[in-house]
Amino acid sequence: MPMTDPDAQLDNSAVTGLQRPQVANADASTERAEIALAVRNVNAFYGDFQALHDISMEVQEKRVTALIGPSGCGKSTFLRWINRMNDLIPTARIEGAMDLHGRDILDSSLDVVLHRRRVGMVFQKPNPFPKSIYENVAFGPRLHRKMSRAEMDEVVEVSLREAALWDEVKDRLKKSALALSGGQQQRLCIARAIASSPEMLLMDEPASALDPKATARIEELIGKLREHYTIIIVTHNMQQAARVSDRTAFFCEGRLVEDNTTAQLFTVPANKETEDYISGRFG
Amino acid sequence: MIPQHGTVRSIGRRRFVDFSFLGFCIVITSLSVIALAVLLISIAYQGWEHLDLDFFSSPPSRKPEKAGIFASLWGTIWICIVCALSALPLGVGTAIYLEEYAKPGKIRRFIDLNISNLAGVPSIVYGVIGLTVFARMFGLFGTVNDPAIEIGDPTTFWYFRLPFGGAVIVGGLTLMLVVLPIVIVSAREALRAVPSSLREAALAAGATRWQMIRKITLPAALPGIMTGSILAISRAIGEAAPLLVVSGVLFIRFAPEHLMDQFTAMPLQIYNWAGRPQEEFHAVAATGIIVLLFLLLAFNTLAIVVRQVFQKPLS
Repeated sequence: MPMTDPDAQLDNSAVTGLQRPQVANADASTERAEIALAVRNVNAFYGDFQALHDISMEVQEKRVTALIGPSGCGKSTFLRWINRMNDLIPTARIEGAMDLHGRDILDSSLDVVLHRRRVGMVFQKPNPFPKSIYENVAFGPRLHRKMSRAEMDEVVEVSLREAALWDEVKDRLKKSALALSGGQQQRLCIARAIASSPEMLLMDEPASALDPKATARIEELIGKLREHYTIIIVTHNMQQAARVSDRTAFFCEGRLVEDNTTAQLFTVPANKETEDYISGRFG
Repeated sequence: MIPQHGTVRSIGRRRFVDFSFLGFCIVITSLSVIALAVLLISIAYQGWEHLDLDFFSSPPSRKPEKAGIFASLWGTIWICIVCALSALPLGVGTAIYLEEYAKPGKIRRFIDLNISNLAGVPSIVYGVIGLTVFARMFGLFGTVNDPAIEIGDPTTFWYFRLPFGGAVIVGGLTLMLVVLPIVIVSAREALRAVPSSLREAALAAGATRWQMIRKITLPAALPGIMTGSILAISRAIGEAAPLLVVSGVLFIRFAPEHLMDQFTAMPLQIYNWAGRPQEEFHAVAATGIIVLLFLLLAFNTLAIVVRQVFQKPLS
């Protein structure tokens, strides 16, 4: 690791990733966690179609929250509002409030460009840029900060290490990212998302385009990333939700049916609909 | 059992019709190939003897054996540079606006419709526009012989005047009008071919629209934009009609020296030679056509090379 001025290092939040205390969250569900995101009475629309009905829920800090539910239930819409990607859809609009650490992110005065730096996103299909592996990771940091070559090298290395990709690509950082396998591309996309040191990581079915082995690696990675980031993951795969998440929210037809710790939701669901869904009777 | 109604169609007859249609297709395909071959061979036959280095370095002359393409070759180069430098920023800028910024709606549909209409306007109409707008400037600045604004004098390379008159810059800008719709359409297609997942990834990382365009969309679309633009410019090289309107056929012995200079271009020179009564000049015209065709071929080859070399897979 190149030596830098200690004060500058404090400033460089990407570097502090290495210095974060490695807290073991073995039994997270019983611990009290802070609230990262508080969603209050959210209604979302595409034109006249209402995609979300009066959603209220809380997302805990440095925990994995899984959103499950049948196709078209609004879970992706919900996710895409958290980093305001739905701003790109002209007919999409939303009512209610989402407080990220006390700041309403649905407020029209929010600067979405700065907001998206704080909330990283990983998409369903791996979408690396047609550039080198290095340039993919450096993309986010370069948008927001000016830094020296050595500093950027360090940010790239730490990001790739956190995404469990460093050892596989350290000898070919200048090679095209498109030459990587699907699973590696998705981990590169995770490295790209965390390189701008976000507070929160949104994952929209991050493993649905991958084979079982690559999926297992992504799930293992999510388990590590939860030490540093608040993670919200949309998944169609209920086993995956059960494996990786601390809390699970079940959406159906635009409504939040049930929101509980993963252990409780999967073993003693409070709602009949939830029980039908997780036991495979529909969806 | 399905009932077998009617009478049997003769297989021999069916095969004969099938075979005849194949023959018909081959004949009409060969016709176009033969037409092209006849054209090329007759031009090569007529023009070959004049094609030497002197042809490139000689100005036009009253004597066919001394006539060369020097002045018009340089004229073409000058107006092509003006055309490229004006059409590329305008065309690519418009394409970026329409593809990346403009929201779908009435205004965008109106602009779309107009651009596709512009692509269908005959080039001589652009010549008339070029004459009124660029060359004469609606008469707002007096006449060319008595220009309202004049900087430098015609012997300096920075000489500038309003109105432009039948100048190099007018030829270039008029050709810009001709190729602009082509550049816009091809640049839009190249931009549209960039997967939206890359745009989403850039925006989700916190890029502004411009950062996204500058770092992701434009680099990915650049080979396509370049290919389309090169083909558009090669179309401009062969245009004679609009230039005929703005400058007329002049007897010019020298390469242009500044943007306000008079010019002639290769298609104009060829038109001039081909229209002369003397048989010998028709051979000179053929030589000019050979040079023009080679130039166009070079441009098209360049477009293919750019597409092959720089086109990377995007996802």
